[in-house]
Formats: sequence, structure tokens, C-alpha cells
Amino acid sequence: MAFNPSPRQLSAIKALVFLLALVPFGKLVWLTVSEQLVEPLQYITRATGDWTLYFLCITLAVTPLRKLSKWNWVLKLRRMLGLYAFFYGLLHFTTFLWFDHFFDVQEMLKDVVKRPFITVGFIAFVLLIPLAVTSTNAMVKRLGGKRWLWLHRLVYVIAPLGVLHYWWMKAAKNDLGQPLLFVLIVAVLLGLRLWWARTRAGAPVRT
Amino acid sequence: MLIKRSPNGIDLPFSSEITPREVFEDRRRFIKQLALGSIAGSALWEMANREAFAQGVNPKLAAKLNPSYSALDKQTAYKDATTYNNFYEFGTDKGDPAENAHTLKTRPWTVSIEGEVKKPFTLDIDALLKLAPLEERVYRLRCVEGWSMVIPWVGYSLSEIIKKAEPTGNAKYVEFVTLADRKQMPGVGSRVLQWPYVEGLRMDEANHPLTLLTLGMYGETLPNQNGAPVRIVVPWKYGFKSAKSIVKIRFVKDQPRTAWNVSAPQEYGFYSNVNPNVDHPRWSQASERRIGEDGFLSRKRKTLMFNGYNDVASLYSGMDLKKFY
Repeated sequence: MAFNPSPRQLSAIKALVFLLALVPFGKLVWLTVSEQLVEPLQYITRATGDWTLYFLCITLAVTPLRKLSKWNWVLKLRRMLGLYAFFYGLLHFTTFLWFDHFFDVQEMLKDVVKRPFITVGFIAFVLLIPLAVTSTNAMVKRLGGKRWLWLHRLVYVIAPLGVLHYWWMKAAKNDLGQPLLFVLIVAVLLGLRLWWARTRAGAPVRT
Repeated sequence: MLIKRSPNGIDLPFSSEITPREVFEDRRRFIKQLALGSIAGSALWEMANREAFAQGVNPKLAAKLNPSYSALDKQTAYKDATTYNNFYEFGTDKGDPAENAHTLKTRPWTVSIEGEVKKPFTLDIDALLKLAPLEERVYRLRCVEGWSMVIPWVGYSLSEIIKKAEPTGNAKYVEFVTLADRKQMPGVGSRVLQWPYVEGLRMDEANHPLTLLTLGMYGETLPNQNGAPVRIVVPWKYGFKSAKSIVKIRFVKDQPRTAWNVSAPQEYGFYSNVNPNVDHPRWSQASERRIGEDGFLSRKRKTLMFNGYNDVASLYSGMDLKKFY
């Protein structure tokens, strides 16, 4: 009953997801090159921040989707999706370093220390780095599956930190609709895991 | 000193020396197209945009340049100044006002001058246009968000109106009440701010000749998204102090409860003078990006105290501007 793609179909799906995930980036490049943005760096900062959060949520949704739909193959997309979260996060951080500080690292760090919403965002970004670095098969082997898994549970901290970063950024404008949506989504995605962790002891999850 | 005051006017640009906008824009477009390899699609896109936000759509407004109150900075492109706006009555995105403000009806329009005055009165737009000779003044505009523009406004000093109203001794502040009509303004009703949007100045600030009652920009009447038909421009304060689409000018005893100050008092003070030494809680105010100039390849430029309008410093002598931000 559950859809189960052949290896060829899976490659096609992977290629499609890879390209789709590049669309926001392509759009940014196009808007910038064709000079349609009045304040390009500002726009890019916002857009890359948004897409980092989207990809964090999408990545966190893979396991619940797999469990609920029995589509085990979606797990094969997770690494790519997670790396895209890192990709957009890296772009976001780079534009901040560029836009706000013109690559003056010391000034940037002062800003990180001084402003809590940046501190939180910065921590989230730094925590993403080990996950990106250890995303290869070789690294999984080197670390050993269990340790690797524990390390990658960092994402349960990273996503809430990212949402908090966004929340504080928006807080002053009484404009919390969107941050609230992220809170709900991340709460559901993490809540499901808690729920499953509790029930797992009794009945093993059938796949 | 950035306000050039040259009695003989020799080092000031005469309007005849300024490259006409069409020529300037055409040149830019030509270069842009070359750079883009003259991709037909992009050229068409540009032209379509130019149509919608072109100068020349609004009626012309004749005014004489006032060189004593005009900055020599390079002026911001008309298109940028009219498509990148904060005007929350039409939405919170910068592009929203240009997209949505066409529903604003700017005629008939009246402004009532009331409160602690000996002679309250109401003026319609035509009367406002004739109240005093129109001047063109090129002001720097510094947004609290960290970007800036340079805009040629058309108007006259607010003091012209204050004189006519004859404020009483009780008038310590001026309050600007702006239009809040849900039918015309889709953003009114959002919970971001309290409506109507209210701004205010202390009497001496309002009377300062730099404070401009503004009816036009770039030689034309104000586009809706820039606060048509009448707004205030206070160049030494952050942009949000310059209320748009004003319907009431009230003279009051107590400090007005201004929109952003009510919404987030720890971030936006009543005074909100441009001040590189007082940070916004979430970002530094020491520098700014000039729209259309400071881009990918340049550092932001330093923000000047009072946005470079040092004339106004005397209004605040003895005040702790860190406290009264």
C-alpha cells in the first residue's frame, strides 16, 4: 500500500528535491542581479533566515512523516534537507556579517554578545556546524551510529533556538503571527517525538 | 557641517546644472542592459516597473529650491523613494504601500488646526497649497531601521501654520493625527500599532524652520504611498516621526502619546532624534545604508548626529539624550 519507489525513482525524487530546494536561492540571485531589490542585503538576510527555519522544520518533519505514512524512503531525503537548512543558515550568517559588519569579525562578535536575539541565532548556527560536518557516511561510521545519533539530536535544541531568535526579532512590533506559527510547528514536531519515546517502551513501532 | 549656507550661492547646484531625470535614468538603463547582456525579458520588466511608478504620473508642483535648507547629497532615485516605504496603514512590507495605497482618496481632504489655539481653523488642500510660498528642500531621511535616502520635498515651514493659529500659552506640544480609514487603508486594524497613527513634536521643534509641512516631492504632489496629500518631514529625527496623510494638527499641553512610543516604549522614544551614540536595543545606530548607493561592495556610512542638521542642537542643550532618546 505504501508508496515504495524503485532506486531509479528515488534518484529522480532526490534530484527534484535538490532542485526545488535551490529555487529560493535562485530567486534571490535573480532578484539581486536584475536589481529589483531596493535594499538587497536586508532582503537577503530576511529571506535566508526564513528559509533556514523552513528547512529546519521540514527536516524535523521527515521522521514523523515516515512514521505516519509508512514511507520509509523519505528518510533518504533527510540528510539533504538538513544540509539545506545549514546552507541557508550559512547564507543568513554571511549576509549578517556582510550587511551589518562588512566582514569585521570583531565587530560582529561584539554584536553577538550585546544583543540576545543575535546571541541565540548565532548559537543555533554554530551548533549546526558539527551536524553538517558529520553528515557524510564516512563520518557516521567513524563516530559510530549511536554517538552520531546523539550528536544529531542537537537539532532538537537548534530548532527552538532558531524560533526564539525569530520571535525576539519580531517581538517589538507586536507582529507575532509568524513566529507563533513556527512555535506551534516545532512544538508539534518535537512533541510527537516525546510521545513516541514514551510509548515505544510498550509497543515497538511497526514500520 | 552638511547644510550648505552660502550667501552668494556660488557653490550650490543650480537646477539647470542637474542632469534631467529622464536622461540620467536612461543612461542607467542603458548601462544596466549592457551589463545584463540586454536580456529582453529583463528590459521589459524594467519598463513595466517604470510605467507603474514613473515620475510624471502625479501633477506637477512648482516650487523654488531653498538652497540654505538643501543637502548636496546625491538624490535617491524616484523609483526607490516611492516603492520602498514604511506606511503601516497599507501593510508592513516595504513594497505594500506602493502596491496598496491607490485606494487612498486624497481629495477632498481637510486638515483641522485645533486645540490650544486662539484661531482654530480647517483648511482644504487647495488652501494649504496657497498658505505660503512652496519651497523645494533636499533633505536626508534616516529611517530608524538603519537605511537612509535623500529626497527633494516640496512644502513650507510648519511655523507658517503655527503663526496663523496663534497658539495659547498652554500649547506645549503639537500633535499630528493621521487618517485611519479601514475602507481606504487595508493595514488599519492590524494589531501592530494603535490607530490612528499619532506623532508629535515639542513646540520649539515644531517651530524650527527645518520642520517642513510637505505637500510634494520630486517636483510633484506626493504619491499616496509617501503620505499624500499632506505630511510632515522632520529631517533630524528618525523617519517614523514624520507623520503621513495628516488630518489634524492639534496643539496640546501634554506630551502626545505617539504611535511607536506607545507600542514599544523601550525601543522608540518620544524624541527619537537621529543619534549615532544611542543604539536601538536590537541594532546599532552608528551607521546607515544609503539606498541606491551603499551596496554589496561598501561599508555602511557613518550616521551623523541629528542626521547632520546641527542647527537643532540648541533645542536640546542640557538634555541627556541617552535618557530622552
